[in-house]
Amino acid sequence: MATLKELASRPERLTGGHRLCAGCGASIVVRQILAAVDNPMVVGCATGCLEVATTIYPYTAWRTSYIHNAFENVAATISGVEAAYRALKRRGKVTEDFRFVAIGGDGGTYDIGFQALSGTLERGHRLLYLCYDNQAYMNTGIQRSSATPLGAETTTSPVGSVRPGKDRPRKDLTAIVVAHEVPYAAQAAPHRWRDLVGKARKALDTDGPTFLNVLAPCPRGWRFDPSRTIEILTLAVDTCFWPLYEVVDGKWILNYRPKEKLPVAEFLKVQGRFAHLFRADNRPVLEALQAEVDRKWEALLRRAEA
Amino acid sequence: MTQVQAGVSQGRRVALTGNEAVALAMKQVEPDVVAAYPITPQTDIVQYFSSFVADGQVRTEFMTVESEHSALSACVGASAAGARCMTATSANGLALMWEVLYIAAGLRLPIVMAVVNRALSGPINIHCDHSDSMGARDSGWIQLYSEDAQEAYDNLLQAVRIAEHPEVLLPVMVCLDGFIISHSLENLEVLPDEQVRAFVGTYRPDVWLLDAARPVTMGPLDLQDFYFEHKRQEAEAMARAVPVIEEVAAEFGRATGRRYGFFEAYRMDDAEVAVLALNSTAGTARYVVDRLRRRGVRAGLLKLRVFRPFPQRALADALEGLAALAVMDRAEGLSTAGGPVFVEVRSALYDRARRPLTMNHIYGLGGRDVGPDQIEKVFDDLLQAVECGEVRRPVSHLGVRE
Repeated sequence: MATLKELASRPERLTGGHRLCAGCGASIVVRQILAAVDNPMVVGCATGCLEVATTIYPYTAWRTSYIHNAFENVAATISGVEAAYRALKRRGKVTEDFRFVAIGGDGGTYDIGFQALSGTLERGHRLLYLCYDNQAYMNTGIQRSSATPLGAETTTSPVGSVRPGKDRPRKDLTAIVVAHEVPYAAQAAPHRWRDLVGKARKALDTDGPTFLNVLAPCPRGWRFDPSRTIEILTLAVDTCFWPLYEVVDGKWILNYRPKEKLPVAEFLKVQGRFAHLFRADNRPVLEALQAEVDRKWEALLRRAEA
Repeated sequence: MTQVQAGVSQGRRVALTGNEAVALAMKQVEPDVVAAYPITPQTDIVQYFSSFVADGQVRTEFMTVESEHSALSACVGASAAGARCMTATSANGLALMWEVLYIAAGLRLPIVMAVVNRALSGPINIHCDHSDSMGARDSGWIQLYSEDAQEAYDNLLQAVRIAEHPEVLLPVMVCLDGFIISHSLENLEVLPDEQVRAFVGTYRPDVWLLDAARPVTMGPLDLQDFYFEHKRQEAEAMARAVPVIEEVAAEFGRATGRRYGFFEAYRMDDAEVAVLALNSTAGTARYVVDRLRRRGVRAGLLKLRVFRPFPQRALADALEGLAALAVMDRAEGLSTAGGPVFVEVRSALYDRARRPLTMNHIYGLGGRDVGPDQIEKVFDDLLQAVECGEVRRPVSHLGVRE
């Protein structure tokens, strides 16, 4: 396993100077993943923050080959690149050992890109699909997605006089991907970089479709100070709101168990999107969210022990 | 019906349906990647190609994707990666590709797609009209139309060369009529595999994602500063396709004896009245022209093969001497001002000092059959207009119950 110093000394595949916000989790995630292996790569992005902020013509922050097609089709697009690679390699037109990474936010992955993702996983392409999950449609201005947690305020789940933010819990996309019986799928968070880089390497070394769901805080959408990204990630994981685990050939493995499982309120109270949940009248929502986290965590423990 | 010069080609005559002819052309081209999703009446193409893959007759990476949107999305990825790639669809499948049609053209990717023309829903219908490809006319794809299986086969081979020409680099649709051509058995001449391989050559893109020495960013966000310039470059490429389509047709003609242009003018030299049609209806119209000629009517046919780029000047040259012209549209634009072909053909004639009376017949929607008697009725309308010196009904629906 590489040390942080070694990782930092690797050539940058996503250079500085891009236009992502200060404190954005997405670029931290992507830089760690691209540093995991030395192979030449083709990266595809779904439409989203990462895409618009890294490639405004005539500039690009990408030092790998990169393609953007549309919002809902990054999985299909990169599966086409990978098919072309196999065809051209067979004909001797490509000799290098390429890796392929399709990247979408939660909008491009959980929602509009879900069909293309499912099809790509089923077809068995050798590629890594990376979801940087910031839990809402941040690029269009913080609208709810199926990754938005229960009770979170977004511009399409606003807190009103009769509604306390989003009325539905999150979709468990990682479990849905696991149900495709892919050889490797994992959840990770970039504050635990060794875990994330290790998972990226495993995924990229796997001969088949692999999936990483990585939590990527959004200071604007979650409403916190950009200096607190890593602290918030730590709270997300230590409250078991975002457990770190991997599923290798169907075997569930828990990668991190907090010494003390913190109440989810510790994660919520540092973010403006949940501020209303600390009003007395919204206490049932807060309790429901805690119950949801507990239920998922217990289910994960059972799966990992099985 | 294409003029054949005897003795040029070493092809063989076979009986194939339109879909079989398309699938055979795809097999002979042997693209690096084919990504497709089945839809009636295109389905046979996907099935035949699957059997070529299953029997090891092609080395193509064949992607059985989960939708037409993903079919074209995968083609965009594959083409950008440096692969020659193809797909095929019909109607709602083409509509599902809509977003990606523009992206494929905007990224200047030479993808070739067979469009087996079928009416768009709704109401849902599986039979032929041109509402699918006509709706895609402004997406930046070159559009070739095919009267019969022979032309579908020949157009598909030429499409590869046109699309990949370095002066063009635009995707090409090859259109053929659903069921009428896709499922009818015809005799046609097919080329030996080696002659096809020699004709299409190999695809060597300048810029490709899998060029490890030169990583490239494709599809960046393109804002007020440059989007306009890039769209103009796309329009210029479409204009440069005009001589390329002619050159490729000339080379194809030398190799096979089958001559193609932007359109075929049949008995137009001294024609007084003519119809303009695309795809299989042109065959019926040609028969009617001959029948009328025997009765002394100076009738003609203009069969349009290339709708994009639109051959505005050449068409006006060919049509300006007529007394009256009927444009046949197998798509209802619902604008109340006539179908898409009519609007553009009439616009082409506007600057001419001498121009015919024009009228538009919208016909054959949802697979409604159009026979010789109905086309003769169109000629009746034309002769009547010539006699009165005016067109009383510029836009009418042919063969519909009132």
